[in-house]
Amino acid sequence: MPDAGPAIAVAGLNHWFGRGEAKKQAIFDVDLKVARGSLTVLMGPSGSGKTTLLTLMGCLRKVQDGSVRLLGQELAHAPEPRLVALRRRLGFIFQAHNLHESLTARQNVQMGLQVRPGRDRAGDSTAAAHMLGLLGLSDRLDYLPANLSGGQKQRVAIARALVGNPDVVFADEPTAALDRDSGLNVVQLLKRLGKARGTTTVMVTHDNRILELADRIVTLEDGRIVGDSGAG
Amino acid sequence: MTGLLARLLGRLPIGWLQLTHNRGRLVAALAGVAFADVLVFVQLAIMGSMSIATGRPYDFFQAGIMISAADADSLTDGSNVARQWLFQALVHPEVTAGMPLFVGSVTVQRGGSTMTLTAFGVDPAQPAFLDPALRPAAELLTLPDSGIIDRLTRGLMPDEAAAIGPATPSAFEIRGRTLTMYDGFDGGGGFGVDGYLIVSDQTFLKIVQNRQSTAPDHVLLALKPGADAVRVSAELRQLVSDKSLRIRPYAQARADDIAYQQTRRPTGIIFGFGVVIGILVGLVIVYQVLSTDVADHIREYATFKAMGYRQRFLLGIVLEEALILAALGAVPGYLVARALVGGMRQMTNLPLELGARTAVAVLVGTIVACALSGALATRRLAAADPAELF
Repeated sequence: MPDAGPAIAVAGLNHWFGRGEAKKQAIFDVDLKVARGSLTVLMGPSGSGKTTLLTLMGCLRKVQDGSVRLLGQELAHAPEPRLVALRRRLGFIFQAHNLHESLTARQNVQMGLQVRPGRDRAGDSTAAAHMLGLLGLSDRLDYLPANLSGGQKQRVAIARALVGNPDVVFADEPTAALDRDSGLNVVQLLKRLGKARGTTTVMVTHDNRILELADRIVTLEDGRIVGDSGAG
Repeated sequence: MTGLLARLLGRLPIGWLQLTHNRGRLVAALAGVAFADVLVFVQLAIMGSMSIATGRPYDFFQAGIMISAADADSLTDGSNVARQWLFQALVHPEVTAGMPLFVGSVTVQRGGSTMTLTAFGVDPAQPAFLDPALRPAAELLTLPDSGIIDRLTRGLMPDEAAAIGPATPSAFEIRGRTLTMYDGFDGGGGFGVDGYLIVSDQTFLKIVQNRQSTAPDHVLLALKPGADAVRVSAELRQLVSDKSLRIRPYAQARADDIAYQQTRRPTGIIFGFGVVIGILVGLVIVYQVLSTDVADHIREYATFKAMGYRQRFLLGIVLEEALILAALGAVPGYLVARALVGGMRQMTNLPLELGARTAVAVLVGTIVACALSGALATRRLAAADPAELF
């Protein structure tokens, strides 16, 4: 990266849901810097604004007030083409795997590659298969999501997020649908692949066992940061 | 199929994969599109049958120009034309011949059934004014009380009709007179008439009352080869003393008649509304099919958007689906409509047809409607943040 600043810099961020009488503030004056190459965990009770903050940082929600700089670029009032270009440098792992149900595991992962324009499509299928192999799914390449277990689906989703070598990976409770062991496995995998590639990872989780693996733990409550193991 | 589409699109054929993934949903969507097609096809066939039925009697004759009374909107409507104007028109150097044409309605009893026929009285000495297929029969019309009858007349038994020929004539009773049919021709009834009958002008005056040889319904004029019927019509309007007459190229008279039937007669207007309503209902169904499909996949599309795919890419998937649905839906739609129209033709003896042009027009219309519906249905996706759609 030419710019050596933090991967993500959030300053004075506020966010509201709803309109008029029903308008409700979800994020209150959040400041947060995330260092490149780190694994940061966002935790807090449900409704504390973790996912909202994650989607704001991940270009999935428009910034209403304050500033979010992602990979050196401002997201507030960013035009759609800039958001599209940034999204292509991210990997997103959703709470529900969000795999495309009519595409096979390999095709789903290919979609993570085809988003980048001007690539040679011929290698996509091989690259997707290789990525799935790294996640232990080489014998499930041509399975539809409906024929995969929950853990397998989540691993396909991880493969899809990582296959394009993203600069930042956002993961929203990636272990929620998994039992404890496979959940831990998935996070260890994320951490290992992240380290190997120098990827910045931001993860929302409730799972205490994952915390040991984190470089930094940020705690939210009622839309405010109330704890930060890496602050100062 | 998947490989072919992948090569064609330069990407995974996600639309195709989505459609074929859920067979039940695909069948329902295709049924919707096919039903919309059937609606439009049937309405167009009904509308088209009126044009065919209206234009058909014009095919029995050949002329360059037709002179009619001001109020004669169709062959059977309106006042007479005095025969003297025929003689006046013959003065024009490019008019080579003229023939008075008598048109009247007659009721024919045959077996137990009563048929309403439109009778044409022609001059047997001028066969050039008849369609080439009818010219050989002109000589037969010189016999007293003779005629040639429409073999496709509604109410006439097909085998009975087929048997009529110069060697085996058949007697029909018309207004208490017995007419001998020496031959037949293929016409076919319309909305107000069961069939057609062609007789000599002399016979016509005997079977249609209160008509005079000096006052035919129309006058047909033959022109020199290569003469411009539009220009000669204009010149005849100057030449002929009665300025109220409609003097038109024969083809124009036919087109005017069809337009009159479609836009000013109740049946035509109703059929026109039928087509409009058929198209509107069809559009609503197609939009419903496409928007349901987009709604069913909204999470998947939102995920693609979150991954950095552009709106254009998502629109491409929906258009791919729209195209496939329109093309696949048109096939059963056409087949069902053909069967229905065939049944209606059997029952009504009307010229109900589903031509290739109609089929192509409906297919193109369906593709456009599907594409627009799909584009409209994806607008919601364009406006929303991906996070709102999970």
